[in-house]
Amino acid sequence: MITTKTMTLAANYSDLPVRAGYAVNINDIEIALFKVTNGRVYAIENHSPHPKGGVLTEGLVSGEYVYCPVYDWKISLVDGKVQAPDTGQVKTFQVEVEGDNVYIII
Amino acid sequence: MKKLVMIGNGMAGVRTIEEILKLSPNQFEITIFGQEPHPNYNRIKLSNILQGDASFEEIIINPLDWYKENNIQLFTGESVNKIDTERKFVTTDQGREVEYDDLIIATGSNSFILPIPGADKMGVTGFRDINDCEMMIKSAEEYKKAVVIGGGLLGLEAARGLLNLGMKVDVVHLMPSLMERQLDPIASSLLKAELESQGMRFLMENETVEIIGDERVAGLRFKDGSFARADLVVMAIGIKSNTSVARDSGIYVNRGIVVNDFMETSAPNVYAVGECAEHREIVYGLVAPLYEQGKVLAERICGKEAAPYEGSVTGTQLKIAGVDLYSAGEIFEDGTTKSIMVYNEFEGIYKRVLIRDNRVVGIVLYGDTKDSTRLFRMLSKKEDITGVSIFESQCSAEGGGGDIASMPNDELVCGCNGVTKGAIVEAIKTQGLTTLDQVSHCTNAGRSCGRCKPMVNDILAYTLGDQFDAAAAQKTSICGCTTISREELIAEIKEKGLSSVKEVMNVLEWNNEEGCTKCRPAINYYLGMIHMDEYKDDRDSRLVNEKMHANIQKDGTYSVVPRMYGGVTTAADLKKIAEVAEKYEVPLVKLTGGQRIGLFGVKKEDLPSMWKELDMPSGYAYGKTLRTVKTCVGAQFCRYGTQDSMSLGIELEKKFERLDTPHKVKMGVSACPRNCSEAGIKDIGFVGIDGGWEIYIAGNGGVDLRAGDLLATVKTEAEVMEMTGAYLQYYRENANYLERTSKWVERVGLEHVKEVLANEETRKALNERMDQTLKKYIEPWNEAIESESIKDKYYAVHTVKAGE
Repeated sequence: MITTKTMTLAANYSDLPVRAGYAVNINDIEIALFKVTNGRVYAIENHSPHPKGGVLTEGLVSGEYVYCPVYDWKISLVDGKVQAPDTGQVKTFQVEVEGDNVYIII
Repeated sequence: MKKLVMIGNGMAGVRTIEEILKLSPNQFEITIFGQEPHPNYNRIKLSNILQGDASFEEIIINPLDWYKENNIQLFTGESVNKIDTERKFVTTDQGREVEYDDLIIATGSNSFILPIPGADKMGVTGFRDINDCEMMIKSAEEYKKAVVIGGGLLGLEAARGLLNLGMKVDVVHLMPSLMERQLDPIASSLLKAELESQGMRFLMENETVEIIGDERVAGLRFKDGSFARADLVVMAIGIKSNTSVARDSGIYVNRGIVVNDFMETSAPNVYAVGECAEHREIVYGLVAPLYEQGKVLAERICGKEAAPYEGSVTGTQLKIAGVDLYSAGEIFEDGTTKSIMVYNEFEGIYKRVLIRDNRVVGIVLYGDTKDSTRLFRMLSKKEDITGVSIFESQCSAEGGGGDIASMPNDELVCGCNGVTKGAIVEAIKTQGLTTLDQVSHCTNAGRSCGRCKPMVNDILAYTLGDQFDAAAAQKTSICGCTTISREELIAEIKEKGLSSVKEVMNVLEWNNEEGCTKCRPAINYYLGMIHMDEYKDDRDSRLVNEKMHANIQKDGTYSVVPRMYGGVTTAADLKKIAEVAEKYEVPLVKLTGGQRIGLFGVKKEDLPSMWKELDMPSGYAYGKTLRTVKTCVGAQFCRYGTQDSMSLGIELEKKFERLDTPHKVKMGVSACPRNCSEAGIKDIGFVGIDGGWEIYIAGNGGVDLRAGDLLATVKTEAEVMEMTGAYLQYYRENANYLERTSKWVERVGLEHVKEVLANEETRKALNERMDQTLKKYIEPWNEAIESESIKDKYYAVHTVKAGE
């Protein structure tokens, strides 16, 4: 099977708030974009790996981590890994920023 | 794929499945049958539920989604009644037949119920599952007197729970001393004296021969002819392995289902694990050995080279507040043993270690259990103790050093959370930790029972070497991002004039540049408290509910609860709420516990427009602030009312709404001592009496159930407002962030608070700071409606179609 990757224009860079989540639905995939203090943009699935789930966009952002707003799990925005003592991983998506355009590769 | 079937859905069995999934996620198609209608829950915590410290939700270990995610077919409320070991399939009580390649029996155990007349009456129960627990809680609502049969671990925990539920409790015990299998007579008598002072009554050396009553139990008759009255009888005399399905299917059963060192039963491809299994003539009932068995079994089933299970030595502790007790190994001297003993009757401390051939073989600790981890290690590893000081456990860096150095990395330090020495050392090294608190935050070690804390501290001292600062390590820091305490933080903010969360973290050298969910909301609160109306709130340092001005629900929707001052509304407002609820198809409209209406299940993007159409202020049902002021009808309508409770309630709510407080604050106003607004269990409660008001503080109706204490009796509404303002401001300035008034007053003492507030000058100054603070608040829903940037940042969702 050949898998194709698509680059999708998800948002304008200047519209993204710093240290806060930005929810975007791309072809029915719920994605959370985060612009962190150093200006980088990360995209992860907007769904906590906690067994009871929950959104991530409203979480508190610290450096390159977001804290799950419902169960307070600390999750890396870089690789999606849940930090100890909890375990799990969120799906991450590759992000390209060209000018003011933020693309997500799915 | 091979078919794996498990009979039983409890802790030992499901842990085995977890181990199997870890080793080999795709090897098996798994089916589980559970007799109870629930997913796997933590049976150890049943006594916490009974004692009121946990809810059922909180003790579920594997929620239903876990089974789904791992493709496990789960049948709850269905039990297997026949195994065909020849043709390899099981038959259930609902006639279902399921084939297996491998079968695990994990049916656990039942309470042992005395075979005496009347044991089947209503109100007689074991203490084994959530059903028993719920039955006991329900009984406590209707009935007054409970008898627990059995003075062992489980019986005493059940008895303590029933005391918490407000019942009178007798404990009947066959033997002359409590917990005789874990404690020697001295420890046992200390325990008995402590529990008696907590209100338990003991009927020792009594054998129950009959339970009397009509349909429901009314009492017990003992062998000596005496009686005890009872509305509820809990039998906690032991467990009986649940072996019927194995026995009926021709599998070899003794006391339990007999297994070898690889948990294999007498039938091929049939295994048993947990409390239903008997290994080397022992049936284990504690969780640690069952988890060890599960690990061995998982390796065996997955075809891995497994180390055999050779039995476990177990330690026991009692989960009762005010009782510090630990026991492991042998209890009694037998001529080949020698004792090392410390007995301090004055302070209620007793320790005894049994030694045979230079090795620890038994431990009993009462009143001070900090040596337990170290002693248990000596016992389980059979260490030679020649020249070792048994009770020397002062946690100095030098003293503990040698001990820690010889401890292997894979040794378990925190048994509750399964944290090894290696994991602690690695966390200290890689994350630069310097305090005990930080280690606990990072690794979970010491966060449950706390028994391992001295050991964790020793490991910290050993790992840091010269850099270890004993005083600093003991300090309670705000969170893992810093070593400074609340008091130091407040002093620094004032002294250095720090004015933003970012500046605090920067200047005070936070090791985690942008903080965490513990420190950021706390710093934001303290800054607002200190700088009063000059501080600009940092919305992104608040957690989700306060940031969104709505309560997040578990599915990511929100609730909307408008202010309804004093619980008083109008027909016009009700209509408006109804119209909005209809228009936005709100899934649930419910009266809340605080006398107002909640709209639940609202989409994030609908919040601002709903707020706009409601045109009502936020009820702050989500905030660390004044929630509601509950009122009774009072003198305006009620024939008993002596005061106008509704007016006072509304005045209080209008004055203090939106105020940031360390934790939520609830108030109640009643117009007479009948107290229909339940003012006795509010943070601040007001009770009208002839010619004045009584002010109660530090009540709590939640987790920490506590009746309020009378702070003062005043004559006029103006005095009520003055006293309340001063009290609230004093709480704001002195409590730790996230400390409820009930905990805070317990900590600083009622007399202290009374003394401070007795001074008129002090009250005046407090009220001035309160009034200055109150000036800064604006209505948050209205602010959101009028600000495009707030709406964009917090309440927008974006949809993109690829290729467009």
